Amino acid sequence: MQDRNHLSDVQPTNSVCLIENGLIEIPMLQLLDENGHETNKEQSPEIDEATAKRIAATMQYIRLLDERMVGAQRQGRISFYLACTGEEASTVASAAALSSDDMIMSQYREQGALAYRGYTTEQFMNQMFSNELDPNKGRQMPIHYGDKTLNFMTISSPLGTQIPQAAGYAYGQKMSGKPALTICYFGEGAASEGDFHAGVNMAAVLNCPVIFFCRNNGYAISTPVEEQFKGDGIASRGIGYGVKTIRVDGNDVLAVFAATKKAREVALAHNCPVLIEAMTYRLAAHSTSDDPSGYRSKSEEEKWHAKDPVERFNKWLDGKGWFDKKATDAYLEKSRAEILAAVKKAEKVPVAYIDDIVEDVYDTPPWHLKKQLVELKAHIAKYPEHYPKTSGRVK
Amino acid sequence: MAQMNLLQAINNALITAMTDDEKVMVFGEDVGHFGGVFRATSNLQEKFGKGRCFNTPLTEQGIIGFANGLASQGSVPVAEIQFSDYIFPAFDQIVNETAKWRYRSGGQFTCGTLTIRTPYGGGIAGGLYHSQSPEAFFAHIPGMKVVIPRNPRQAKGLLLASIRDDNPVLFMEPKKLYRASVGDVPDTDYELPLGKADMVKEGTDITLLAWGAQVEIIEKAAAMAQEIGVSCEVIDLQSILPWDVETICGSVCKTGRLLINHEAPLTGGFASEIAATVQERCFLYLESPIARVCGLDTPFPLAHEKEYMPDHLKTFEAIKRTMDY
Repeated sequence: MQDRNHLSDVQPTNSVCLIENGLIEIPMLQLLDENGHETNKEQSPEIDEATAKRIAATMQYIRLLDERMVGAQRQGRISFYLACTGEEASTVASAAALSSDDMIMSQYREQGALAYRGYTTEQFMNQMFSNELDPNKGRQMPIHYGDKTLNFMTISSPLGTQIPQAAGYAYGQKMSGKPALTICYFGEGAASEGDFHAGVNMAAVLNCPVIFFCRNNGYAISTPVEEQFKGDGIASRGIGYGVKTIRVDGNDVLAVFAATKKAREVALAHNCPVLIEAMTYRLAAHSTSDDPSGYRSKSEEEKWHAKDPVERFNKWLDGKGWFDKKATDAYLEKSRAEILAAVKKAEKVPVAYIDDIVEDVYDTPPWHLKKQLVELKAHIAKYPEHYPKTSGRVK
Repeated sequence: MAQMNLLQAINNALITAMTDDEKVMVFGEDVGHFGGVFRATSNLQEKFGKGRCFNTPLTEQGIIGFANGLASQGSVPVAEIQFSDYIFPAFDQIVNETAKWRYRSGGQFTCGTLTIRTPYGGGIAGGLYHSQSPEAFFAHIPGMKVVIPRNPRQAKGLLLASIRDDNPVLFMEPKKLYRASVGDVPDTDYELPLGKADMVKEGTDITLLAWGAQVEIIEKAAAMAQEIGVSCEVIDLQSILPWDVETICGSVCKTGRLLINHEAPLTGGFASEIAATVQERCFLYLESPIARVCGLDTPFPLAHEKEYMPDHLKTFEAIKRTMDY
């Protein structure tokens, strides 16, 4: 057994001096300024025209989807919605820098990453309307998406739980020998959960190829970052765990893409985690159950509208000669019609059969679930008018 | 067939599972080279490499979160929580994540391959935090299975079945018996069915039900009862969730009396669930109220451990009260 010396890297000092936050200042990578000009062409990532256009189209689509579905919730057509307005670049450009074999574990405001993977309007709707075509079988609240074929892990509401899970998933990927990793998205509020500490530390110690992607958008519901942490954001913590770390402008597609690309290369080459902190702003309300006017000013929001990630990227596209106003407008018009048609279609699809209520708790329902189902069905049969969603379709 | 103690049987089961399936991975605090604080994972790292048997940082929520991710990826994690008293930091990961993974994703993803091993129970002067029996907390979680063996043969067969079951299993090991319980264990790869109780001894006058280390307590009480002419049917429940209602109710319909014994506190303990179900199903057969002989509704004390425990004498007295009702 080898002798260990855990003091080997520790330098003694004879000065009674407290080390303060701020000794290391973590800069923010920005490759595209607010006018859509590249700040350092040598560092700009290579993005081909098709990829650039797909990123732009996905961001525009998601903004449209968000607008329409917030509206649908206001009309009472769906129970809940959660927009990602302002954070489209963070989620779409990071997803664009991955391989489709990489697993995505998200928090809930990453519909952009899912859309980039190819989730269709119809799939979005079936989940949000909790109908029988919803892959979650109508069991979870709207926006809790998941798709096995797209390597997008089903979302759950408890915050931060996916952080140690992502470390474990990545460990399994490493052991299987396939060149794929896991990206794990979370907000700066979720990073205050114990699971953040657990997951990032485990990923570092157990050499897991995982990208921890923090969307620091300034607020956790009504709580501003000053009430969330005292340190230098989330990035400074990565360094404390021995994790390679970068802070990026989350409204800058080029910076997010370049950082994620680099993180992926490094994580796979060295079997290690990388932490990315994307600085952005939650232009949307937290959810349809929230009204931000109770805790922040219009003028603050307006400053961030000026940094709009979608507009900024369009300007860059325009500079490359890749922006076509007419084609963009036509695409938006087509998407708008598609979304409206999908809403109408999804809301007419019934919920799953009542038998489904006891499926998937276990691989097969044990005796007590079977018994409870029999009793429930007998009860529904007795009072069918009180259970209109299922009583007409009891198998 | 070889003589083994409970720990050796568990170690043997882990070796069997890891040899059989290279996706099986064992991890937790101190389980690596050191082989675990109870030595249940001895030699696994040497045999199967650091990639498949490793230490984790000291974080229970991390261990189970990590295990959840690993299971959903398709690996077969066997995670160890050093004492079941320390499983509570992972309660959120188990209740909200492990157990609901399959249901919430419509069966697209599961944590079904996960097994959580943890030593539980008193009788070792463990005080408040090395003695707890938290099975009832987990019996209230749809999606989990909870399994407790009573001896080496049961431990190997049930652990192999738990590792291979396509549902997450909490496998609780009575640490009081780790070295005390010795018996014949088949060298073969065998499984004992989950969800099934084990008839330890047939009888006609009263059914005695327990699990884990308490089975030998009710056996002892049954022997005392035999001397005064009471024939006890002794059953080891083995699986807390889902539990074997048929065997228990079949026995009670025959004997007309039931006594349930567990170390955990009485209020909200799993005996309540069994008692309620049995009185629903066997109402016309019951000759006396169902007796529960359990730990007190206190934290698990150190100096008064012997007084706290639902031992054979408390059980014997309850048998007599039930018979005389």
